[in-house]
Amino acid sequence: MLVLQAIIEGVLVGGFYALMAAGLTLVFGVMDIVNFAIGALIVLGAYLSYSLTIHFHIDPFVSLIFTTPLMTALGMFIYVFLIKPIKTNKVVMSLLTMFAVATLIEGILDICYNSGFVQIHASYINNSLRIGKLNFPLIYVLSFLLSAFLLSCLYFVTYRTKFGRSLRASMQNPVAARLVGIDTDRVSMITLGIGIGLAAIGGMIFGTTNAFNASSSYDIISRLLVIVILGGFGSVGGALVAAIFMLVIQDVVAVVWSPVWGSTAFYMILMLVLLVRPQGLFGKKGVRAQ
Amino acid sequence: MHISRFGSVASRHKVQLGAALSAVALAVTGLAVPNANAAPKPITIGISVSLSGDFSGDGKATQQGYKIWATWQNAHGGILGRPVVLKFLSDASSPTQVVTNYQKFITSDKVDFVLGPYSTKLTKPASDIANRYHYVMLEGIGGGPSVFSRGLKNVFDVSASATYQLVTYAKWLAATQKPQPIAYATMDDPFIQPMVDFAKAYLDAKGFTEAVYKVYPAETTDFSPIASAVAASGAKIAILGTMPPDGYAMIQNFIQAKYNPDQLIMASGPDQGADFTKSVGITNTEGIMVPNTWIPTSNYTGNKDMVALYIKTYGGDINSINADVPEAFAAGQVLAQAVNKVGSTSNVKLQAYLHSGAKFMSVQGPVQFAADGQNSGAAPYVFQWQKGQYVPVLPLGGPDKVSPIETLRPAWGTTPGA
Repeated sequence: MLVLQAIIEGVLVGGFYALMAAGLTLVFGVMDIVNFAIGALIVLGAYLSYSLTIHFHIDPFVSLIFTTPLMTALGMFIYVFLIKPIKTNKVVMSLLTMFAVATLIEGILDICYNSGFVQIHASYINNSLRIGKLNFPLIYVLSFLLSAFLLSCLYFVTYRTKFGRSLRASMQNPVAARLVGIDTDRVSMITLGIGIGLAAIGGMIFGTTNAFNASSSYDIISRLLVIVILGGFGSVGGALVAAIFMLVIQDVVAVVWSPVWGSTAFYMILMLVLLVRPQGLFGKKGVRAQ
Repeated sequence: MHISRFGSVASRHKVQLGAALSAVALAVTGLAVPNANAAPKPITIGISVSLSGDFSGDGKATQQGYKIWATWQNAHGGILGRPVVLKFLSDASSPTQVVTNYQKFITSDKVDFVLGPYSTKLTKPASDIANRYHYVMLEGIGGGPSVFSRGLKNVFDVSASATYQLVTYAKWLAATQKPQPIAYATMDDPFIQPMVDFAKAYLDAKGFTEAVYKVYPAETTDFSPIASAVAASGAKIAILGTMPPDGYAMIQNFIQAKYNPDQLIMASGPDQGADFTKSVGITNTEGIMVPNTWIPTSNYTGNKDMVALYIKTYGGDINSINADVPEAFAAGQVLAQAVNKVGSTSNVKLQAYLHSGAKFMSVQGPVQFAADGQNSGAAPYVFQWQKGQYVPVLPLGGPDKVSPIETLRPAWGTTPGA
């Protein structure tokens, strides 16, 4: 029963990790940028939701109506004013720029909120659903449903819309995409906006399930990078599968054996997968060979 | 020949030469008449603090403790009659950066003394550097057993030894309750895990059994499987080796799993004042215990001043003071008392004096160093949250007045009066 409980929790928690990783993998797919600021942006999203719940008594889920557009706009701003002007050595300079953005955000949050830990509260956050002997924490269930809905939307936008075609064309071959008239700058701006908008949602969920401070980003970024590498850079579906796979492996090993070996077991599997498929589970080999 | 009132030109030159030589001689021998308006040269102390990274919450509290100690010490005559000036560098919670910081303090800034950083993880490399340059490292927040098992003679912990911090509770438990299964979960940390392991060894010897024992890595963010394992054990007593953020998450997971142990003691987290109550909600704090080395209301040397100074400087109330504050403050106090006694800024003489068995007093109580540098003079306390207040409950029969311990925690969310 404990193993079944661990599998369920792994799937539920994996859902919102997939949502956070989806933004990271999309941005890499379109722009060739590893968004090193994603951890800090998730924490920023958590603080924004926290502030709205504390000062305006807004429900954390309702707070997303305000924080998601704000963070999306921030993503577009970062692209227009910090990423787009970079003309040479774009990959390395973008990486450094996002690192600077992360440091700046952490510093500002530290000044505004001090370094004490806070957590987002709502009346239902500690509730859980009980089915037989199995326990389903309500916040995990709600977060999973929201993540599943948003990932479905993301899938629909990517594969069923005109923007999605432009996005996929930019991912596959940005030069050819420009030649056929796709405004790749606009696609990149919107993609970074979406990626950082998703961080607002991931941040709210993270803030309801963990106490956090401005430095909490360090624990997030390493996990998200691992998910994206296993799933394959640029693959939203890969991020979903990898996130759930990682969390289930870790949780089951934690209850059956030891939490210390949970991460180790996962990393060993990751190494084996990468030996066979260096591009990750769903990544496309040589897609950037042009 | 023109004769001035100072005599002949030749004799005047002699007078000038003599005066110049006298001035040089006086300056060299340090006997020059001091300028009454010149401020004495400050005593400089270098401290690395974690203002970002994993330890940033505690790092900032540590810095606050050191800062208000310096203010208090300067109001009490400084050290050797000289004002204390603290130099801080942030180590971002990194064992690599902490080495760089202390290297800079000692070799570049040439500070008179250094004081310890936050955590056992950082104190170990920091004390190695201090030892290399024959500097003493007094600290109050890095006392894991591994700091003292390396044979270093320059590191001294002013707080109660980490090894024994949960033993006060374990002794009370063994003396008052029948042996029963206990659930243990602890972070893989050189300070925290020995606390749990030592208490477990004591209780094992008294017939208590292990319902579950889980060690988790420091970077864990998903605590649900660990909490589920503890909950599934059904143990009525849970002893957790937690740091602040994971302890808060663990409580949330216990509530969600409807696991409500009769007794819950955590190595760290409930001692974080307002951070703790805000994160877990004041109505969920009832009966939770935590070991501590400091009683907020005690009459130990400087404690009342420290509390007043803290509230004046940083706001809040007596319950909102992080336990790192008095631990840092105490390290400064012991440094000042020892240096004043030694009468010089020599770290070599200071080290010898600290090893002499001399007794000191701090906001946390008496300090006396054993041969390995641990404080053998302190007795760890246990605190419990009762009706929204953070009160000492153990040890019984000690020098300080304690409240009756609540042996049965109520259901989550039902703190009376909060």
